[in-house]
Amino acid sequence: MTPLLEVYNLKKYFKTRGGMLHAVDDVSFILEKGRTLGVVGESGCGKTTLGRTILHLVDATGGKIVFDGKDITRPSRSELYTLREQMQIIFQDPFSSLDPRMTVGEAIKEPLQMRGGMSKSDMLAKTRQLMDTVGLASRFEHSYPHELDGGRRQRIGIARALSLDPKFIVCDEPVSALDVSIQAQIINLMLDLQEERGFAYMFVTHDLSVVKYMSDEIMVMYLGQVVEKAPADELFDNTLHPYSKALLSAIPIPKYPNNLKRILIKGEITSPINPKPGCRFAARCQYVQECCSKPQGLEEFKPGHYVACCRYKELLNLKEDK
Amino acid sequence: MNEKILEIKNLSVQYRADDATIYAVNNIDLSLSPGETLGLVGETGAGKTTVAKSIMGILPRAQAEITSGEIIYEGQDLLKLHEKEMQKIRGNKIAMIFQDPMTALNPVETIGSQIAEAIKHHNRISKIEARTRAGDMLEMVGIPRERYGEYPHQFSGGMKQRVVIAMALACNPQLLLADEPTTALDVTIQAQVLDMMRDLKEKLGTSVILITHDFGVVADFCKSVAVTYAGEIVEHGSVDQVFNNPLHPYTQGLFNSLPSLESKEHRLKPIKGLMPDPTMLPKVCRFCDRCEYAAEQCSKSAPNVVEIEPGHLVKCHRVKEDAR
Repeated sequence: MTPLLEVYNLKKYFKTRGGMLHAVDDVSFILEKGRTLGVVGESGCGKTTLGRTILHLVDATGGKIVFDGKDITRPSRSELYTLREQMQIIFQDPFSSLDPRMTVGEAIKEPLQMRGGMSKSDMLAKTRQLMDTVGLASRFEHSYPHELDGGRRQRIGIARALSLDPKFIVCDEPVSALDVSIQAQIINLMLDLQEERGFAYMFVTHDLSVVKYMSDEIMVMYLGQVVEKAPADELFDNTLHPYSKALLSAIPIPKYPNNLKRILIKGEITSPINPKPGCRFAARCQYVQECCSKPQGLEEFKPGHYVACCRYKELLNLKEDK
Repeated sequence: MNEKILEIKNLSVQYRADDATIYAVNNIDLSLSPGETLGLVGETGAGKTTVAKSIMGILPRAQAEITSGEIIYEGQDLLKLHEKEMQKIRGNKIAMIFQDPMTALNPVETIGSQIAEAIKHHNRISKIEARTRAGDMLEMVGIPRERYGEYPHQFSGGMKQRVVIAMALACNPQLLLADEPTTALDVTIQAQVLDMMRDLKEKLGTSVILITHDFGVVADFCKSVAVTYAGEIVEHGSVDQVFNNPLHPYTQGLFNSLPSLESKEHRLKPIKGLMPDPTMLPKVCRFCDRCEYAAEQCSKSAPNVVEIEPGHLVKCHRVKEDAR
């Protein structure tokens, strides 16, 4: 039980013409070594920005980030340099995240060169070893990304992220662009690597079946805020927040007959610019009441299961009545 | 009973690249009954979209060539029609919804007039009448009539897809080809759009071919399903048959690759390897390199389509052995 990453009340606002866009609003969590935190939500809920803010790809507006026991909210340049070795990212799109003019070998070697302190032959050996680890045949060493399919390109991205032996990797929709049969290959690879090397993942995705499969704990985000947080199985067994319920019920299940009881939510995601205090889902929620216009904090329902809804206890009884 | 709205026989389509020929669609047979909803599933490059484009007659003429086959619609072969005749069918009797609603609409024209344009093209009606009908269509897909004069950028992705659907259904087509209509949308919006499409389909009696890579959407929306691999249909049957008794090793592999919400296995079972290069397709079974049941005959000759039970077709040498 060693916390690797602690995030407290993290905020990231962007200034726009219409006002302040609350991309990430008051998000807190603790991630332990070797564990996976899944972050789910729809486009525009702030899940990608959350990952980027933790990695300091964008600067936080407020809050605190502690990594390996050290406050890294405002790192100096040199601190950031060493920090980046330990925190890596795997991007969604294996087509645009690679330099088209670098061969596979060069791309994987690049982080090693950046860090320095390795001889050329050591670097070459390490590159080949990395290619082997992620399942890229050595004959691709001199190929260019455009010559490879999506799955292999994503393997390059993973090899690059692994090259400096990080402790924490943000995976931003790493399998969304891939076909299912290839997706399964990459998911297995990521799980194997985690078992072997014990790093922690933050797995950002909109695909709920993948996130359940990969994660120990899941956070559901809506318009920059966490509406529910729970161990993966608990979230699916005991969904509390009306938004999480609707989201989970919307997953098309590949089974026939699949007996879906869909909860359709009306309307679409509202604007994250200058949001009103109170529950941000209220405008679309079928259970909306007066108390929803007050700010909602996360409440503990069971150990480890948190929900931000003032009516969740009532709604629980409602379910039992039926 | 046996009347079909669409019959595709032995269709093959090739694309010419620089110095190679891409065998996109190979000897596909497919038919559709009136009111039926068929899911055409497969991975990238399996030829799903090419089939739809062949039906619509919108293959890029410079590169694509239909090398064999017939597409029979209302007793006539669409492939033999002249462009003028095809124009009367396209968008009128057969309509298509494209994957990406962001690029399917003209950004400098209001959505209302884009729908009205489609209606006016196929019906001899006045501008005002076309306008009214376009407004009706908007309301039918759940967009208030007042938004007639707005431009595509003023709508969200889900709303744009509704506009595209309104446009496709504007002339009350008998056959709708929907190419990944909800892939670009979030799950809750996808659920809204699929729900709406299901209602409209039932109301209007449209037959639909839904192209997708998502088995969940098929289970939810379709009656029958055809699984494509490397330009061929490897398994075809009712959703019940294919989902509860998948017989082709590729179909089985796809189901095993999906993470399940219900159970937590230790690891997924992906299909090993990759789809064959469409410029160099093997003459034998196209899946045999990746198949765990591959036997000698599989790498010697191409399998024939076998009918396992009425309506359940499988293209595999060993299917009878497996089915026992």
